[in-house]
Amino acid sequence: MKLKFAMFSTAIMFLTITLLSCGGGNNSTPSTPAAAPTASTAETKTDNGNPSYDPKRGTGKFTKVDIPATLDAAKASAGEKVFNVKCSSCHKLTDEKLVGPGWKGVTGRHSAEWIMNFSTNTDEMIDKDPKAQAMLEICLVRMPNQNLSDDDARNIYEFMRKNDGVK
Amino acid sequence: MKKINFSLVALSAAVLFAMNSCKPKNAGNAVSAGAAEKAYVAPGHYDEFYNFVSGGFSGQVSVYGLPSGRLLRVIPVFSNDPQSGYGYSEETKPMLNTSHGSIPWDDQHHLALSQTNGEIDGRWIFANANNTPRVARIDLKTFNTTEIIELPNSAGNHSSPFITENTEYVVAGTRFSVPPDNVNGDVPINSYKQNFQGTISFIKVDKEHGGMDIAFQLNCPPVDFDLSHAGKGKSHGWFFFSCYNTEQANTLLEVNASQRDKDFIMAVNWKKAEEYLKAGKGKKIATKYVHNVYDEATQTAKSETKNEVTVLDVKELKDICYFIPCPKSPHGCDVDPTGEYIVGSGKLAALIPVFSFDKIQAAIAKKDYAGDYNGIPVIKYESALYGEVQKPGLGPLHTEFDGKGNAITSFFVSSEIVKWNIKDLKVIDRQPTFYSVGHLCIPGGDTKKPNAKYVIAYNKITKDRYLPTGPELNQSAQLYDISGDKMQLILDFPTTGEPHYAQAVSADLIKNNSVKFFKIDENKNPYVTKGEAASKVVREGNKVHVYMTAIRSHFVPDNIEGIKVGDEVYFHVTNLEQDWDIPHGFGIKGAPNAELLIMPGETRTLKWTPEKTGIIPIYCTDFCSALHQEMQGYVRVSPAGSNVPLLFSTGKNMPKTDSSQKK
Repeated sequence: MKLKFAMFSTAIMFLTITLLSCGGGNNSTPSTPAAAPTASTAETKTDNGNPSYDPKRGTGKFTKVDIPATLDAAKASAGEKVFNVKCSSCHKLTDEKLVGPGWKGVTGRHSAEWIMNFSTNTDEMIDKDPKAQAMLEICLVRMPNQNLSDDDARNIYEFMRKNDGVK
Repeated sequence: MKKINFSLVALSAAVLFAMNSCKPKNAGNAVSAGAAEKAYVAPGHYDEFYNFVSGGFSGQVSVYGLPSGRLLRVIPVFSNDPQSGYGYSEETKPMLNTSHGSIPWDDQHHLALSQTNGEIDGRWIFANANNTPRVARIDLKTFNTTEIIELPNSAGNHSSPFITENTEYVVAGTRFSVPPDNVNGDVPINSYKQNFQGTISFIKVDKEHGGMDIAFQLNCPPVDFDLSHAGKGKSHGWFFFSCYNTEQANTLLEVNASQRDKDFIMAVNWKKAEEYLKAGKGKKIATKYVHNVYDEATQTAKSETKNEVTVLDVKELKDICYFIPCPKSPHGCDVDPTGEYIVGSGKLAALIPVFSFDKIQAAIAKKDYAGDYNGIPVIKYESALYGEVQKPGLGPLHTEFDGKGNAITSFFVSSEIVKWNIKDLKVIDRQPTFYSVGHLCIPGGDTKKPNAKYVIAYNKITKDRYLPTGPELNQSAQLYDISGDKMQLILDFPTTGEPHYAQAVSADLIKNNSVKFFKIDENKNPYVTKGEAASKVVREGNKVHVYMTAIRSHFVPDNIEGIKVGDEVYFHVTNLEQDWDIPHGFGIKGAPNAELLIMPGETRTLKWTPEKTGIIPIYCTDFCSALHQEMQGYVRVSPAGSNVPLLFSTGKNMPKTDSSQKK
């Protein structure tokens, strides 16, 4: 019985406050909290098992790159210049790992498309590609996006070919 | 019986509570329903506006997002900045140079975003140094201070920086009148009326690159110039400056400069001044001031000293300046979006006068003057007046405009913002602020095209708004939604330093131009190291230059030997990263000249003069990767005159005793 009284008076008290209170603006009850942020991260997480994803080529703008049988020396030399500024901090030309894996034999391990996509679309590749993710588990440093142009990427690939003995 | 008792108790409690909540200036309850929703920006989402807020006695400019009130950035401008190394690195030290030497801390009051056709164009923001008179330009692509110009013949650069509608000029009016620089200033202070002078500087701004240069100065009667705004639209070509201390007092201004019933707004016909300048009427006078420019290609600032400035005397050259009487020590001097109405806010007045540009022009044409003041014509008050807002509140300071025919004025003494209609001069709405509002800001509220969704009040007293933090509390800003009929308080947030003027602009005008990193190929710093193969250590006498690279997560070189006590060592650290938001830091144990923070693609130099022999650790101070804690190295310091050879390496373990290790 006592409990009922208490509840009743509390209810009256609450109502009265609501009616009499003159806080600024609207005197209605407080509105519900703003809607939670809509989930917008969904699209970045899916692709690992997606059949449309080609792990040989990776993800990025390069779908088909024509590579001639012999070396393009001009491209390789341009690629070496970019290597010296933007890549050599972490990659050796031997098979030894520095921060990232050594480049010896890299053109045999990955397709031209995969390498060029990885070097220009680095973050998405690390998020999606199984081979890139496997390397991250070994190196533990995400490869920095060094903002290579498309030409830079192609020239570096040619320099990698030269390093792998293509004449 | 019991029942009645309970109800009575409950009712009286409720009544008590309700009465309490009616006190309008209670700290907690002025925010009404729905406020949280209006100020809420979900995590991961961008704000709609940038809000650039002057830092007052901090000397810096802070940037907030609106409506969230998130602090986005503090831009170093007039003070050393231990976060970015501004003022400490060799590249940025010249920015704080003045004709008095390097000044590590100034007082930053007012801001003006650059305009084209009277609308904010999002290119630059100008900032004043109030103490040692200077104007800075901040580039909104990088949020870096890229230029600072000192103002000669000035003291207390308060009516500054205000800009014309195409950023033709930035003006800077002196608050303190002082003897000019080219005469002996060793005079009795109470010879103010004879020996002192008020100076207004017109700084020309390069249309393309923003470069500043003092085009001319106006030599005016000695008073305190307080604030200003340029005319716009029909009044383009004119500037308006509020003046107080027309009593020309030099002591106890609190009393002695509050004697006259009316002080002045000074109208300046700057097109006329340009004509005189073109006709060769300017006089070159000797002075000394510096001009500091940060070159974005070399990433290096240079300070140049200039030795003369062109002055126009407004007493001799007629038709440049006119005084308009304005009640009681006017502070804000604000021009409405049409350019027709000029609002003077007399700090001590109980009304707000609104002047008409058309009437001012007619009065000048008819020479409808009440006399002159120090040789400058004084237009009759009634002849310039459009009308007065009666009993608007106490202590009006500043006015901004909503572009819908209304003005909003801040009232310091009565702690409120008041919205009034410009045409009929009637008060429409008033809302309390907490407490003692100074400046206020509407996005574009001093331009031709206000974007009047919000008004922000910047308060001088915070008292009970936030958890106590000892005797000093951060100032508060309060955000009001003004999209409806009633202004509605929706958010409270603390600010850094003391906010004076602020500017706000739609984020779209700025965010897409924001630089994400500096291209290493375009880095023309003379001490850049483009790639690890190029890193080296070069000795030139007792100067040692270390060309060092930083990338996740090592320095090259990270072992250096052969440094001697007494050497001057310059660490030129190039960050080789080419990705957004990947700075590296650089710290040396015991270096008295701070540390570095290097943006991606940038080169920064720290000067170090080792004073003791031993092994000195160096490391990266900005967490950069999983192996950040490994980003470290050592410098060996030997006694002066020692024979330890200069060696440097990374991953080689030199000298040769340990070189059996594989490279």
